[in-house]
Amino acid sequence: MAHRSNTSAANRIWRTIANHVATGLAVVSTILVVAPLVAIFVYLIYKGASSLNFAFFTQAPKPVGEAGGGMANSILGSAILLAVGSAIGVPIGIAGGIFLAEFGRGGRLANTIRFTADVLNGVPSIVMGIAVYSLIVLPQKHFSALSGGVALGIMMIPTITRTTEEMLLMVPHAIREAALGLGVPNWRSVLAITLKTASPGIITGCMLAFARVAGETAPLLFTAFGNQFWSANLNEPIAALPLQIFIYAISPYDEWHRLAWAGALVLIALIVVAVSLVRYVASRGILKGAN
Amino acid sequence: MGVGIQVTDLNAWYGANHALLGINMNIPANHVTALIGPSGCGKSTFVRCLNRMHETNATARVSGEVRIGDVDIYAEASPVEIRRRVGMVFQRPNPFPTMSIYDNVASGLRLNGFRNKGVLDEVVERSLQSSALWDEVKDDLHKKSGASLSGGQQQRLCIARALAVDPEVLLMDEPASALDPVSTAKIEDLIFQLKSQYTIVIVTHNMQQAARVAETTGFFLMGKLVEFDSTHKIFTNPTDKRTEDYITGRFG
Repeated sequence: MAHRSNTSAANRIWRTIANHVATGLAVVSTILVVAPLVAIFVYLIYKGASSLNFAFFTQAPKPVGEAGGGMANSILGSAILLAVGSAIGVPIGIAGGIFLAEFGRGGRLANTIRFTADVLNGVPSIVMGIAVYSLIVLPQKHFSALSGGVALGIMMIPTITRTTEEMLLMVPHAIREAALGLGVPNWRSVLAITLKTASPGIITGCMLAFARVAGETAPLLFTAFGNQFWSANLNEPIAALPLQIFIYAISPYDEWHRLAWAGALVLIALIVVAVSLVRYVASRGILKGAN
Repeated sequence: MGVGIQVTDLNAWYGANHALLGINMNIPANHVTALIGPSGCGKSTFVRCLNRMHETNATARVSGEVRIGDVDIYAEASPVEIRRRVGMVFQRPNPFPTMSIYDNVASGLRLNGFRNKGVLDEVVERSLQSSALWDEVKDDLHKKSGASLSGGQQQRLCIARALAVDPEVLLMDEPASALDPVSTAKIEDLIFQLKSQYTIVIVTHNMQQAARVAETTGFFLMGKLVEFDSTHKIFTNPTDKRTEDYITGRFG
């Protein structure tokens, strides 16, 4: 007995130490993950906040040499590009995910689509820009907001498709059986029950895709092209925040550098606002205690 | 009102696995019929063949005839039509997690395109009363998710959901095996009350449960129906030696 209690005393100390070490490692990892994000945000505020003023959100850029001006046209342009991109990427992406998880499971077509989506996810964004350039811009013989939106939309598809598939597959088989057992046709059960049950995860996937393309510059270079003036026409070149930041950042003017910092800050802030807004609206439609 | 079920020479396969071998059974209307037997004996497969639920498994195949009322369910109806007439309650309570209590009960009608609010309200109340859950949830119908109820309440919610589409037959696949004794007793009381309106087929691992709730009992072993008789006869004076061995606890 004495021997046993000795061992357990030593064991207890060892377990306490191991426990503290494991917790400590988890805390350090968390800090390492979050620190760059915080650092970026703080640095952007430090560099950019001072250039933010009313004009920034209401005016188009002024020519070089003239003081003032803003990025309002770029904010509008990014909103339009992202709206077009989401209108293309979200429905096609979700429909693709539904096919992979519910109808094509294990089939040859599904495997091909899944493989293609994974490859598409790895295609450099500049290549996507060139592809849309030759598909839309060249035949039309002009740059346009539409082509930029299409490029962003195509980039959203693989992320949304794969998350939708994963989320649908996580819905328990028992839930599907419950719906089928009530005499609900399969397609209706998929749309009204499985998809709805998986919707929080699917919305997260859409938001990830959205946030990713919101900051893309490369695919817009040959498509949306950028615009120093106000435009909301889908058939004309359009300004976009990342493009404007890019142009200002590589310019030789201090004033433009400051505006570029401010633009970067606004871009990140708008992404955070858009994502939070969608999450809030979506969570109101879903009951508490559901999980 | 319930209808009887006639099963003639029913065989079922999952891929190459011959799960049911030549089952003949005459299930009486407005009775409770219990199916007992060791795990893997085919009793769950058998009830799933009664509403064509086994077809959700792509490798499943059947031969033979199942008549529910006067309809041959494999020759004369689609799975969707059959499942509206034959409700099912599963082993684990499976309320729709994103729906309120009310929406869970109304789901069967709504998903089949039924929208009349007045009638839905009435059906939801009647179904929850039939499943003895109404008094416990009537104040939270729209506030609480089906998933926020206790396990026993969830199972009664699933029964209410099945009753709401007004089936003639109710299949229950081990409906109380995941529940505590108090909830089990409630479910058994419920089965007793429901049999005046529905034909009930219940799969159970619990032989006392079969003895308590069922008038007729079938004993399955390795895909075959060994004995099918009144519950009293099965538990006091079985004809087949294997039935006797099973109910006296010599195996299984």
